[in-house]
Parts: sequence; C-alpha cells; structure tokens
Amino acid sequence: MSTATHTATRTGTWINACPLHRLYPEDGVAVLLPDGRQAALFRTHDDHLYAVDNIDPYTQAAVISRGIVGDRDGQPTVASPMLKHVFSLSTGHSLDDPDIRLTTWPVRVDGTTVQIHTSATEGTP
Amino acid sequence: MEELVVIGNGMVGHRLIEALRDRDGDHRWHTTVIGEEPRTAYDRVALSSYFDGATAEDLSLGDPTGPATDVHVGERATGIDRAARTVTTASGRTLPYDRLVLATGSTPFVPPIPGHDLPGCHVYRTIEDLDAITGSAKNARTGVVIGGGLLGLEAANALRLLGLQAHVIELAPHLMPAQIDEGAGALLKNLVTDLGVQVHTGTATTGIEPGDDGRAARLTLDGGGHLDTDLVVFSVGIRPRDDLARACGLDLGERGGIAIDDTCTTSDPHIMAIGEAANHRGTVYGLIAPGNAMAEVVADRLVGGDATFTGADTSTKLKLLGVDVASFGDAHGRAPGALDVVVNDAASGRYAKLVVSDDATTLLGGVLVGDASAYATLRPLVGSPLPGDPLALITPDGGASVGADALPADAQICSCNAVTKGTICEAIDAGSTDVPALKSCTRAGTSCGSCVPMLKQLLDQAGIEQSNALCEHFTQSRAELVEIVQATGITTFSALIERHGTGRGCDICKPAVASILASLGGGHILQGEQATLQDTNDRYLANMQRNGTYSVVPRIPGGEITPDKLIVIGEVARDFNLYTKITGGQRIDLFGARLEQLPAIWSRLVQAGFESGHAYGKALRTVKSCVGTTWCRYGVQDSVGLAIRLEERYRGLRSPHKLKSAVSGCARECAEARGKDFGVIATDNGWNLYVGGNGGFTPRHAELLASDLDEDTLIRYIDRFLMFYIRTADRLQRTAAWIEAMDGGLDHLRDVVVHDSLGIAAELEEAMQRHVATYSDEWADVLADPDKLARFVSFANAPDTPDPTISFTTTRDQPVPGTPLNLGMPTPRPQEATR
Ligand code: SRM
Ligand SMILES: Cc1cc2nc3c(=O)[nH]c(=O)nc-3n(C[C@H](O)[C@H](O)[C@H](O)COP(=O)(O)OP(=O)(O)OC[C@H]3O[C@@H](n4cnc5c(N)ncnc54)[C@H](O)[C@@H]3O)c2cc1C
Ligand code: SF4
Ligand code: FES
Repeated sequence: MSTATHTATRTGTWINACPLHRLYPEDGVAVLLPDGRQAALFRTHDDHLYAVDNIDPYTQAAVISRGIVGDRDGQPTVASPMLKHVFSLSTGHSLDDPDIRLTTWPVRVDGTTVQIHTSATEGTP
Repeated sequence: MEELVVIGNGMVGHRLIEALRDRDGDHRWHTTVIGEEPRTAYDRVALSSYFDGATAEDLSLGDPTGPATDVHVGERATGIDRAARTVTTASGRTLPYDRLVLATGSTPFVPPIPGHDLPGCHVYRTIEDLDAITGSAKNARTGVVIGGGLLGLEAANALRLLGLQAHVIELAPHLMPAQIDEGAGALLKNLVTDLGVQVHTGTATTGIEPGDDGRAARLTLDGGGHLDTDLVVFSVGIRPRDDLARACGLDLGERGGIAIDDTCTTSDPHIMAIGEAANHRGTVYGLIAPGNAMAEVVADRLVGGDATFTGADTSTKLKLLGVDVASFGDAHGRAPGALDVVVNDAASGRYAKLVVSDDATTLLGGVLVGDASAYATLRPLVGSPLPGDPLALITPDGGASVGADALPADAQICSCNAVTKGTICEAIDAGSTDVPALKSCTRAGTSCGSCVPMLKQLLDQAGIEQSNALCEHFTQSRAELVEIVQATGITTFSALIERHGTGRGCDICKPAVASILASLGGGHILQGEQATLQDTNDRYLANMQRNGTYSVVPRIPGGEITPDKLIVIGEVARDFNLYTKITGGQRIDLFGARLEQLPAIWSRLVQAGFESGHAYGKALRTVKSCVGTTWCRYGVQDSVGLAIRLEERYRGLRSPHKLKSAVSGCARECAEARGKDFGVIATDNGWNLYVGGNGGFTPRHAELLASDLDEDTLIRYIDRFLMFYIRTADRLQRTAAWIEAMDGGLDHLRDVVVHDSLGIAAELEEAMQRHVATYSDEWADVLADPDKLARFVSFANAPDTPDPTISFTTTRDQPVPGTPLNLGMPTPRPQEATR
C-alpha cells in the first residue's frame, strides 16, 4: 500500500486515525484532529490513502467523508454529498472552481493502523 | 513599476483589479486600493440574499490583496491633488499616482422631505444598511419602501422576509417606470399585491412624522392621506459619487457623474472613472454589466491596449418576489415610428410586448412580465430582422418560437459576459461539445445562466448529438445498462465498470447503477461495495439536511396511524430533541438527528413497529389516501384500504426517480391522485388508473390509462407499469417525462401494459413478485448487522463525539440549525438545475 503524495518534511506528529480494516475502499470516514479540525479519510480502490478537509467549503457542513469517491479524467475525486461539488482527492482542489481548495493532510499506514500527519496543506478558508 | 491608485473597492473596482492582474503579466503596475466600506468588495447584486441566509463572507468577491496590490479598507479618500498627482485619505495617507481610477459608485438618493433623517429611515445599498434595517425591524410590524423601482421591490421583499407587512409607494402611475411600460406595470402590481405586498402607485410622500419614541412612525401622503409604519426604506434612485472629482475640477456630466470618453478617461488624462460613478456620453449606468465592461477597457488600456467602451445594453431579466420581469432593447418604444405588439393576459398573469420597426420587420426591444422564458431568444434578436409574425413569438403556444439559427453571428447570446453567437460557434468548431466546455472557453452562461438554453440550441444546430451516455465512465444510457445487467447477471458495480465502462465512476453513474442493481434484486443497499455507490441520502438511509444532520421519516402507509404509534413518534422526537413537522406526503418528518444518533432513533421506531419510509430513496415514497367509504359520505370505494395495500406492495422498490401515488375514494379527488406517478380514483364500478402525474418544477396531471378495473387487475397493471418504467427510463426521469419521451406516448404505454403488445407482461409481473417476496425493512436489517451499524459514527477515532460544527437554536419552540448557513455560494450563480 502506498501513501499519498505528500513527501516534504514538516513539523507535526502522526496521529492514529483508525484501523486499516475499518476503511473500506471508496468509503470515507471522518477523523477528529487534535486541533478540533476534521479530516475526511479515504482509501481508493487501488489502495491509495487521502485525507482532505471534512468541511464542505460551499455549505460549511462537515460531510465530505460521506461523499461518493470516483474519478474524473483519471484523477481520484470525491463529490460532496451536499451540493455535489467535486474535489480532487490528491490536491483538494475543486474541479469546477479553481479558487476553491480543501485542506489536505499526509496519510500513511503504520502496521495495521492508518495515521494522519497533523501538518496541513491549507486550502481556501 | 508605475503606481496605480484605485478609489473605491466596490464591484467594478474589484473587477478592474482582477482584470489587470490577468493582463499585467509583466508587472508593470503596483496598485493601491482605497475602499471606504469596512470590508473588501462583495456581490452587491446579490445583496438581498443576505436576508435569505447568505453571510457577508458568502457575498465576498474575494480578497484583492496580492504581491503587487495593497488594499486599505475602512478608509475614505478625501482629496485629489491633480498637479502633484497624489490622493489623500481620511487617515492622513498621501498616495502618489501615475494613473488614478475613480470607482466610487453611487449613493442612494434621499429626497429632502421633512423627517427623512429620523431614526427608522433607511437606504438599501450596503451590508451595513441591511444590518440597520434588520435592527429596526425587530419588534416592528409594518415597513414602507418609498420607490417602486427594481431595488424598491427588492427591498419590499426583504421586509417581507423580515416578517413585516410591506408597503411600496411609487410616485409614477405604475411600478418599475424606468424599465417597463404601463401595461406591464399594472400586471406586475397585481402579481406583487397577490404576494401580500401593498402597492400605492401615483402617490407622493410629503413627510415623515415621529412617534413618541422619536422614531419614524407615520407617513403623510399627498392628498392628505396617512400611512402608519415602523420603518421606512428610501429607494428612489441613485446619485453618482462625483464629489472628489468635482472638488478637483474634473468635468462632470450634465446631471452628475464623472464625464468620461470612450477610453473611460476623464478630462484629466491621468484619471479614469468607471462604474456607477462615471457618466459616459450623458448616461450613468446603474447596472453591473456596463461597469464591468468599463473596468475591462481600463485594464486593457493600462497595459497598452486600445479597447473602447461605446455604450452598453441595459437589458435586464429579474425574478422579483418570484415574478419574472424582463426588458430589453428599446423597451419603451422611443424610436420614431416604433410599433408595439402586445399580449396582455391578466387571467394567466402574463404580459408580453415587442417593439418593432415601423415596417414591422425589425425587432427593437420588448418587455415580458410573468413569464420571461422567451427572453433568452428574443434579446439577441434586437436589431435583427424578425423571423416571423411578431405576435406569434409572444403568444403562448403560438407555435412559432425563435430558433438560434435565426440569429446573426454578431447577436449577443450572453449579455452578462458579452459573448456573441459568432464566438460561441467558433468555440464549437474548435471542439467544444457540451455546455460546460462552452462555459469554460467563452465564459458564456457563467453568470445569470439565462442564456444556457441558447447554448444548448447552438450545440444542437452544429449537429453535435447531445449524447445519452450516462457520464464520462459509461457510454451507455441507463436503459442500456439495465439490459446489460439483466443479460449478464452482473451483480457489482466494479464488475460492470470493468467490463462495460472506464475509470472508477462518479456521483452520477454510481447511484444510477446502485439503483439498477437494487431494483433487479441486488440485496441490501448498504451491503459491501453497494454502500459506496449510494447517493447522499441513501448512504445513511436518511435525508441529509443543510447542516449535515439527517431527517427521519418512518413509513405511515396511506397516512393512517394509531394513537399509540403517534405517541411513539412524539416520544422519540422529544427524547432526541428533533424538530417535528407533518410533511406534504401524509406522514411525519423528524429533523436534526446526528449521524451517530440514527441507529438509536431507529431502534426505538422499529421496536414500535415502524419501517423505513424511504424518504431518502429514489423509491416509492408515499401512497396518500382520502378517508373514502369508511367515513366519507361521498366515498364509493375503500380508498384507505387500497392505498395501504399499494404502499405495502411497492415499499422499498428502487426506481429511476422517486415514485409517488395516491388513492381517492371518489371523483372529488381529495387525495390528489392525479398529481402522482400513479394515481387511483374510485368509480362506482371499481378503479380508474391514472399515470404520469407529478408536482414539482413542471407539474403535470396524470392521464387515464385504464378505467373501471377490479382491484386485482388494477394491481397487475400497476406492476407492469412500474417494472416497465424501471427497466426503460433514464436516470432521474420521472414517469411523466418517460411517457412523453416514449415513441407513441401514452397509447403505446397502454398497448404494453393493458394489451401486452410486447409480450413481456408476465415477465414484468414476475419481476414485481420477486420484489414483493424479498422485501425487508432496510432499517431493521441495519440494526441487526454490526458491520453496517459500524458506519453510523461521527468520527472513526471518536465514535460518540458529536460533530462540533453542528449547533441548534430554537424557533417556535423547536430546534433548528444554529450556525449561519450559506446557500452554497462561492459558485457562480445560479447553480445548474439540481439533479
Ligand atoms: C418533507 C417534504 C416537505 C414537507 O415538509 O412537507 C419534502 C421535502 C423534500 N423534497 Fe419534496 N417534500 C415533500 C413532499 C413533496 C411533494 C408533495 C407530495 O408528495 O404529495 C411534492 C410534489 C409532488 C411530486 O413529487 O411530484 C414534492 C416535490 C419535490 C421535488 C420535485 C419533483 C419533480 O418531479 O419535479 C423534489 C426534487 C427532486 O426530487 O428531484 C423534492 C425533493 C425534496 C427533498 C428530498 C430535497 C432533498 O433532496 O433534500 C426534501 C428533503 C426531505 C427531507 O429531508 O426529509 N420534492 N415534495 C415532503 C415529504 C413528503 C414525504 O412524506 O415523503
Ligand atoms: C440591492 C441591489 C441590487 C442590485 N441588483 C442589480 C442587478 O440585479 N443587476 C445589475 O446589473 N445591477 C444591480 N445593482 C447595481 C449594482 O450593484 C451596481 O451597478 C454596482 O455595484 C456598481 O459598482 P460600482 O463599483 O460602480 O459601485 P459600488 O459597488 O457602489 O462601489 C463603490 C465603492 O466605492 C466606495 N467609495 C465611494 N467613495 C469613496 C471614497 N471617497 N473613498 C473610498 N471609497 C469610496 C464605496 O464605499 C463603495 O464601496 C444592484 C444594486 C443594489 C444596491
Ligand atoms: S375523494 Fe371523495 S371519498 Fe375521498 S374524501 Fe374526498 S369526497 Fe370523500
Ligand atoms: S446572459 Fe449568459 S450568463 Fe447571464
């Protein structure tokens, strides 16, 4: 299993998100981070892991983890369940609106546990 | 770098900064922006949505600050020294400039009548104005808007939304005198009055008198009348903010406004003016589109271009208080010899006028009220030869409608973004094959959206088949996928997309395939991979609400419920603090449940004998009933009994769109069966079956499929009808649209269902029988399965911690979402029609 594309060294720590077996392919879960923010954690069918902001920037509702995972032009996506805006899982960018972007976090697997790194690549507020 | 100073950070000033940033790749300019309002630019056009839940952040156009742009808000420019080329500000800043742009907009004009400055008197221009109005509206009952123009009507609606009895006072003999003519104004008055706004036209306000508390309390009207009120909003027009320009000696227009030429330059070559502050050849434009066009011209000139502004189209299409109003071209017929062609249909609330040239060959302008659907096609025709008899163009069902082919290449299709038919056709030639592609490559259709139908027409005309492929992952239509699934016996999405599609799917094909698998007997919708295919509401077997909570709708077949069950619903709602409402579907909706509360709520409900109501599914919703023979003195059959039988037979049936039904006990039709996908009305001899009705955006009455049926035949026909629909309809196509699109329409459908012309009746009935035999309650199944239950947690690492973003306040003694919610803004408005 490979981790997401974030490789830069950063400060912050890895926190345990959930057991790997709890994360079904293409079915997201929400994770509460130590600073009170929420990540939507996904595993795609090819076992890539992604963590993006759980809050839908269009409605401020914390629902991204409940969206449909798929792809557009080959890039992995999640569609917000609220008003169906589609975001890239790897960069957090809205695919319909280049100015809007979800915060993303690095993810890895440590043994049987999925971990999220607390250093974020900030999206649009 | 050269110094650019922009005074005013309103909509047009903001567009200038954006346009310059796009063009100034060589970093020729350093820009300083001075804005008086306490925040950066926001969408003033959408200001009224602030009363509809939008927040200041939602309205914001984005922070203009950048590496080469400094922005000072909350700061007023107080003087311009043209000789020294500096601007001074209220906080004492002195800013040198090479070029200065005045984008100071305008202020609402307040007529100097006695009492105009009392507390409780307002204008309607900024967010602060709206906050002040909201403040005054507390404890108020009545509000008066002085001025019945476009903004006045918007303000009246705002007062309505604040819960006040709204009045509009207009001096002219009819509403919106600047845009529309008297006939249209009269109709508009009727429509607006029907909405509860009191309209006083031909009325002047002579003064405002204070009450005991010193606040505005009573208007005196000419002729001696009075009107008591708690607050007043002035909306009688705007005045360009040309005071700075005047003080430093720039030329002004005759009736105000900073005079500019076609390059948007003032009488000082170093100073330009744009937007509502500018006066171009004697005209001050009070609309956003001309202001934006000026901003683009200035941005172009600043980087050495030679763009010019030569005037602008003032056509407008609006939805005021829910009434469509459009005016375009020479709406008042001012051209010499112009002729009017008018259709005034007060009964249906529709007025249309075309202004044509004296020889009736050329369209000059027009006005539409009540139904402005022809606007998109008529407006681009202005100045062009009429394609046919003008009257036919505006007569409902007059047969004639203007096609895009009638338009010349230079006709403007998208007026918001000034895109011509020629530009769109070029984009199509260059490879744009759908509306999204046209939007991103021409910007047409990205603002108000009223030109989107024309974009579709132009694509059609170019011979581009609007494919019926489901999405980028499947070239097949939904009906074709049904056939594939039936023929191959495929039972998973993964297998289907691997063999018959490409990629990994999306929010369009996944729910569509999930529905196909479910209606062909695919097991529980949250089983394994199926769970990941489900649309928003199906995913957690509840309806997602705007704050991420859910609503819970237990099934109440036929709307019949025992007192004991009613009490259980009440107890559950009370114990979980849920907002409770009777729905339009004869049942009860409980709102505000958090994801992790759903299992506990449902275990109480299931224990008391309730089942899922599938309010979340593209599935059978309700079969409404009237009381029928049991109680009603007119009833001729047992409508409640039949409704319950139908609801229990088809509950849980997944379909291309939701399905609704109703049964009425006699022809008086109290259950509104003809508004349903399948409706049944009792006759002396049995039942009449109607199909293809719905409410919603395009309401349709169901049509008679078969009459005087006994109950068993009725059910066989409904079985066949529903299964045939499930197998052959498109995704999200309701029965009415499906029948309409069918070759041969209702007659063909009758042949299939009643006369079995395709020889498939037995197979359809069997498929329905399988559904009935394998039905089980989805929620009971979830509660019995720990794997499925595990999905219902707030956080994977903190399963019982409530989502901290959810909060509630109390309205009319019930909980409602607490956080200020937005309406899904930063996207360009309006959204494409929802799916
Ligand atoms: C709750 C309710 C309003 C109410 O408080 O009364 C309601 C609420 C919703 N309606 Fe409705 N409709 C409700 C009765 C109706 C009715 C009246 C009726 O059923 O007799 C209609 C007109 C009849 C019809 O459907 O033809 C109606 C026409 C719509 C439409 C337009 C359908 C169309 O074909 O144009 C939509 C949009 C859609 O489905 O795409 C819609 C969609 C919705 C959704 C599901 C929107 C959404 O996806 O979030 C709303 C969410 C419900 C929720 O969260 O629980 N609702 N809706 C009613 C629930 C009835 C029930 O017990 O299940
Ligand atoms: C409720 C409402 C609804 C509307 N609806 C529509 C519509 O449907 N369609 C349409 O086309 N138009 C509509 N308009 C009009 C549209 O909003 C204006 O045409 C547009 O905002 C004009 O932009 P502007 O930048 O010229 O002026 P403004 O947006 O008013 O911006 C001018 C800015 O300059 C600032 N300013 C002025 N003087 C100074 C100074 N000395 N120092 C610093 N700052 C200064 C002001 O405070 C203001 O922020 C509507 C307007 C309102 C109020
Ligand atoms: S439809 Fe007929 S039977 Fe039913 S309630 Fe109305 S009047 Fe009575
Ligand atoms: S006319 Fe095209 S978006 Fe408004």
